[in-house]
Amino acid sequence: MAIDIDKANATVVERFMEARPVATTLAKAIEVVPGFRENMLLHAGPPVTWERMSGPMKGAMIGALLFEGKAKSAEEAEKMLAGGKIEFSPNHEHMCTGPMAGVISPSMLVYEIENKTHGIKCFSNLNEGRGKVLRMGAYSQDVLDKLSWMESTLGPTVKAALEAMGGIDIRAILSKAMHMGDDGHNRLDAASVLWTTQLAPWIAKTANNTDTAFEVIKFLGENALSILNPVMAGCKTMTAAGHNIEGSTIVTIMARNGTDWGIKVSGLGDQWFTAQSPIVKSLYFPGFTEADACRDIGDSVITETAGIGGFAMANSPALVTFIGGVPKDAINTTLDMYEITYAEHKQFTIPLLDFRGTPTGVDIRKVVEKQIAPRVNTGVAHKDPGVGQVGAGVASAPMSLFEDALVAFAEKYNI
Amino acid sequence: MPIIKTEIRRGVYIDSAKLMKLQRSLGEFAGILDTGVIMGTDSNKELLSHIGLTSPEILASKPDELVIAIKADDEKSADFALSKVDELLAARKGNQDQDYQPRSLETAAGMLPDANWVIISVAGRYAGGVTREALRLGKHVHLFSDNVSIEEEIELKKEARELGLLVMGPDCGTAMIGGMGLAFANKIRLGPIGIVAAAGTGLQQVACRIHQLGSGITSGIGTGGKDLSEKVGAITFLMALEVLARDPDTKVIVLTSKPPSPKVAEEVLKKARKAGKPVVINFIARPVTTLRDGNLFFATGLDDAARLAVELTNNPPKIGSDIDVDLKLFKPEQKYLRGLFSGGTLAYEAQYILAGYLPKVWANSPLNKENKMENSLVSQEHSIIDLGEDEFTVGRLHPMMDNELRIRRLYEEAKDPEVAVIMLDVVIGYGSHPNPSSEIAPAIKKCLDDAKKANRYLEIVCVVTGTDEDPQNFDEQVKLLKDAGAWVDPSNEVVVRRIGRILRALAERDSEDIAAIGKPVDLDSLKKPMQAINVGLESFSENLKDQNAPHVQVDWKPPAGGNEKLAGILERMKKL
Repeated sequence: MAIDIDKANATVVERFMEARPVATTLAKAIEVVPGFRENMLLHAGPPVTWERMSGPMKGAMIGALLFEGKAKSAEEAEKMLAGGKIEFSPNHEHMCTGPMAGVISPSMLVYEIENKTHGIKCFSNLNEGRGKVLRMGAYSQDVLDKLSWMESTLGPTVKAALEAMGGIDIRAILSKAMHMGDDGHNRLDAASVLWTTQLAPWIAKTANNTDTAFEVIKFLGENALSILNPVMAGCKTMTAAGHNIEGSTIVTIMARNGTDWGIKVSGLGDQWFTAQSPIVKSLYFPGFTEADACRDIGDSVITETAGIGGFAMANSPALVTFIGGVPKDAINTTLDMYEITYAEHKQFTIPLLDFRGTPTGVDIRKVVEKQIAPRVNTGVAHKDPGVGQVGAGVASAPMSLFEDALVAFAEKYNI
Repeated sequence: MPIIKTEIRRGVYIDSAKLMKLQRSLGEFAGILDTGVIMGTDSNKELLSHIGLTSPEILASKPDELVIAIKADDEKSADFALSKVDELLAARKGNQDQDYQPRSLETAAGMLPDANWVIISVAGRYAGGVTREALRLGKHVHLFSDNVSIEEEIELKKEARELGLLVMGPDCGTAMIGGMGLAFANKIRLGPIGIVAAAGTGLQQVACRIHQLGSGITSGIGTGGKDLSEKVGAITFLMALEVLARDPDTKVIVLTSKPPSPKVAEEVLKKARKAGKPVVINFIARPVTTLRDGNLFFATGLDDAARLAVELTNNPPKIGSDIDVDLKLFKPEQKYLRGLFSGGTLAYEAQYILAGYLPKVWANSPLNKENKMENSLVSQEHSIIDLGEDEFTVGRLHPMMDNELRIRRLYEEAKDPEVAVIMLDVVIGYGSHPNPSSEIAPAIKKCLDDAKKANRYLEIVCVVTGTDEDPQNFDEQVKLLKDAGAWVDPSNEVVVRRIGRILRALAERDSEDIAAIGKPVDLDSLKKPMQAINVGLESFSENLKDQNAPHVQVDWKPPAGGNEKLAGILERMKKL
């Protein structure tokens, strides 16, 4: 079969860039997520068994069963999870994404993000804010209480507002936030403010009462990651639009589960390529060191896959302190990512680089040829369940993922 | 007993990531057990209390206050760490002005879009790939790398020729373009002389001598030492010569080379004759048989080449066509010489001189055994027959006394439709025939007339050796020959060189139109101010910096980290 790699890649990145994700509403996961089942829990990254699961992911699974009311205690939950009663499936197999452990259970509310250009819907859970949270593997009572509040108050209130206002254009917010110091992954302070200010008047208008409106707007406004989950699902709608194009060497999924890193390539269908997830080069919160860190975890690297996050680091020089660097390092990180990407984004631009588009569309050919791995800005979870975030830093994807994919590509297309 | 010291700063905002960095740095000082650098929010204060870092001051701090808490072995250590806080906050790592080093040629080309040259000095096995990339980006290449196979060299140069781009090298040490030196090069002033060199230090020597003699160069184009080998066939050399011939600022061209393939050297000279300007030749180990051949000036060494070039720019010679016969008169099949000599030395000299013009001249008495005629009675291609040889004089007089045999042979040769030029020597003086021209001239006239009848043009030339005091009278002998239609000169060399030029021009009639292979080099690309991308030895970038030439250094690594299997796949993908 004759393939034109460059033409295929051009099609893929065009779809990434033309995609326009809009947050339209929220719904119970089981009702909207494709292929979701009652005894299933979704998780971040490539497929993983209970035995190989990282601490925070195990913790989040336990928390999810407690939240669902399927288990009465952590011990009982653990027994169920280890006993094969619960099916585990990657978010990415269900058009979902979740930060860190990324666990989504059937009755959780999820954002519905619709790519209006290509008619693709993707989903993500609600962000819990910083501190002790389920996504970091914490499942104490206060964590579960917050989840309940999110299901009973936050979710329905935001849903009503979103529906009343006709949705929020995620791409438009990101485009602006790129010029306000955000990288779109690790730093979403500006985007979260924009998100909150768009929602606030409609929450004020549609909330059951002023106390609810007050609580919800305060929660959204205080959480610098409010918009992270809708952004991730939005990015997923972009890269999903470019998946399964014959002959393309562009990466459409990158994801980690705290044990393994996994990628999928547009022209290689549904095959996961996996390798051990690295330890993040990080700065740690007081009292923690690298010895406490879980291996790199979370679906949030979908942002880098779509051309923002670590790839847009030049827009977010403040983040370089995570790698002990100077602002020039942020620019150089972005410049390095141009070396391995196929296009420059039409929507997301970098003022400091004369408004060049962000590096978009990781090309496995370039990654392998230049031996430059995609770089990710990310948070670090404690390796034990229930502790939470311990730092933030920069990780590089394992090179072998791209090398394996290149070999598979050569085999598939007889190169 | 560990102690805890706290410093509270009010009204400051420091990015949380920066605080974490500060915290890590403080923890690295001697005697420090633990540190906490936070803004005084409740959750942060709780974090510190979990690790036992707490004090009344910390508990009293407010969210807009910076808390620096240090647990140390002793007060001194804690105080020392605290004294370093401002320094650490102000610290900068690395040089902020340092330019980004791109990882690929493609990116470098994007950063310096007007770069017209790429200097490549990576390991030989990778040099081909980088060169192809440079060519793909439309850049001339200075290929310093060695250990590039001759097959690869040929491929690269052919690819480049199709694109009108120069590949100087492989193993090209020197080039000087538009006053800028690449790799090993000297600071040479700009001037009217262009140099093409398959010789690195040869180029440096010639250029330096030109500079010392007060002149200068437009460009010094290196080609790599193997360019004039038979296999490579002077691909780059000829392209460089061609572009310098077109360059109005280049008044004189110098060509120099390590010992070239004789065949290729002749090819180069063929092109050089069409340069339309003086060309000084110094091919090491190629014998100099003449100092001047039309627009070509042959130097005896590198220094002589420099001297000649400067002299020729100061006193430009008249360069015109060196052929005084209309070549169109000859039929296409007419291309050969027949030399019918009575004098052995004159025949030898003719062979020796013609070697500089014609690929092969047969002879019954050859300079070189390989050129021996199969049969002295039957001419083949270019032939020089010494009729004074023993084989012809058995039972008859020497041809200087008896013209009969030579005239018979003259009629024979004149009938051959492939013959274009016939040369005769007429040696007079004591002992010779009393009036040779009285017999030879009518024969010449008959040959010319017959040729005309056969619709052919024949050039008959004679050298006459004698004086006006000889019994036969030189002037009369010459007049008879001229009146018969022959071209006559008293110098054997002059006659031979003239027919050499005619025959060479006849041989090149056919090749003239196919001279242009590939695409000519864009002259402007050599004239534009030098901007270069350097892949490999960083010192070459420093050289460019010293010369104020815009440049980009590529942080180059072998493709796929040197993994051959993966590199192979990538290479095949590029060819899809």
